[in-house]
Amino acid sequence: MKIAVTLRLTPDLTEELELTEDGRDIDREWIGLVLNEFDDQALEQAVLLKEAAGAEVTALAIDGEGVERLLRTALARGADAVRRIPADDAPSSARALTPLYAAAVREIGADLVLAGVLATDDLHGELAPFLAAELGWRQASAVSDVRIEDGDVVVRQEYSGGRAAQLALTLPAVVGLQTASQPPRYVAGSKLRDLLKVEVPEMAVDAAPAATGIEPATLALPDRGAGAEMIEGSADQIAERLHAILVERDMA
Amino acid sequence: MRVLVHIEHETGVIEDTAFELIAIARSLGGEVEALVMGAEPEALAGQLGAADRVVAIADPALETYLPDAHGVALQAAIRERNPDLVLLSYSTAGLDMAAPAAHACGLPLICHAVELRQDGSALDVRSQTYGGKLVASSRVPIPAIAMATPGAARAEDGRLDGIRPVETVALPPGSAGAIRLVESLAPETGGVDLTQAERIVCAGRAIGGTDKLAVVEELAGLLKAEVAGSRPVIDAGWLPKSRQVGKSGVTVKPRLYLMAGVSGAPEHLEGMRDSELIVALNTDESAPIFAKAHYGAVCDMFDVLPKLAARLKDS
Repeated sequence: MKIAVTLRLTPDLTEELELTEDGRDIDREWIGLVLNEFDDQALEQAVLLKEAAGAEVTALAIDGEGVERLLRTALARGADAVRRIPADDAPSSARALTPLYAAAVREIGADLVLAGVLATDDLHGELAPFLAAELGWRQASAVSDVRIEDGDVVVRQEYSGGRAAQLALTLPAVVGLQTASQPPRYVAGSKLRDLLKVEVPEMAVDAAPAATGIEPATLALPDRGAGAEMIEGSADQIAERLHAILVERDMA
Repeated sequence: MRVLVHIEHETGVIEDTAFELIAIARSLGGEVEALVMGAEPEALAGQLGAADRVVAIADPALETYLPDAHGVALQAAIRERNPDLVLLSYSTAGLDMAAPAAHACGLPLICHAVELRQDGSALDVRSQTYGGKLVASSRVPIPAIAMATPGAARAEDGRLDGIRPVETVALPPGSAGAIRLVESLAPETGGVDLTQAERIVCAGRAIGGTDKLAVVEELAGLLKAEVAGSRPVIDAGWLPKSRQVGKSGVTVKPRLYLMAGVSGAPEHLEGMRDSELIVALNTDESAPIFAKAHYGAVCDMFDVLPKLAARLKDS
């Protein structure tokens, strides 16, 4: 069985975001990029499936700054192969990039694609359902836990209120992963250093980005409205005020 | 403008988010069609009085939610009703169905919508993005599909009993079968029911590990509160799933929701926004939670929480 896992770099949201002058994008010059946290889960799930059922895992990413390092990390985490897909002026929308991912998935002959359920900077729909639509495959999103049973992929799909269902999907299929069945593994820095010289092959695909039908959005900081009453001061002063608030409400 | 609203329901109960969507559709003016799928969807029609019309797709294959059958049903309804706007909730079913419908019907799709306004032949849509840290304004040509963030409108404004005309749409043959339900799973309770808790102390990603949880647990003990976690905390295995608040966890409404190191992404707010008193501590002054909380402090929880615990011990 061949598994493809798609990896994307997204801005580190623990940092402060600044906007470009025209408001069409965030200022990317200084912002740190991290592996999209759901793609991180997808990568872990792919490697867990390989360890449990035997599979060949290929990690795919649209080429760009930091992608070689990202894919080397995927190798260190247990991927068997990595491919960066060149794209000029690549749009960030998953919908736009779907034809490129689909061509790569077909070329490596994957039976199962694992993608992170969402990327926090995408407004035009998520990768897994678009990719499945493009490929004509089955799809389930918001999944935690993936197993292979009797040639089907069995997933736990999560709904609101903590409900869930086990679904069996006939392969080939795409899964939009939320949580792997185990937390992503830690990779030692020495292992990464060993891979520094490993070449990350490029895989050119014969496909062009799709139209989303929507012009790029204008970004702005949210209008906070009244917002929270902010408590200023030292840790002691903050604790004192919090204590007073709780006492006032009969909760201390 | 004619809006087709996808009505999610579970064991005969219509989700609040479906009424929120009707409220959004109503606010746009024009006609509102409520799309209900199921084995016997007409049974729910009497609760959809705020719509002008109910569009029902009845088929045994639609009895429980399945991504393929329900997705094909949505596409059949779009083709038959030809709406200007299709509204879905940003839920699991919405995620599964919206993109394939946009792909199959050649429609633009806009997500995380919190506000929609018609302007001629387009919609001006405001969406939450970057985990709620930014707001995006998009101009979306109609016809289009939009997925609204839960909480974008008030369910009460879309909830009205009443009988409306019912139109039926047939499920195309061969729509189901490639995805099977193995088992429906009830929420994992693990001995705790956060929905009944009066007070909750919630740890976010910044807690950093199980070894650091003691600071939150001690405070929770002093406040007679339950400990909860946001999704990253559960995904990392630091707390059990039964203690997850948010989109894929439980929805709570305690008297006190004290959150430490939770940024306040829309998915978390969905699960706790109606709490009576929300107190948020975060080191990031731009954390979106400060727009929603009643009290906030930009601080290191590891400095403040032990000091608060000490004061509670003394009082």
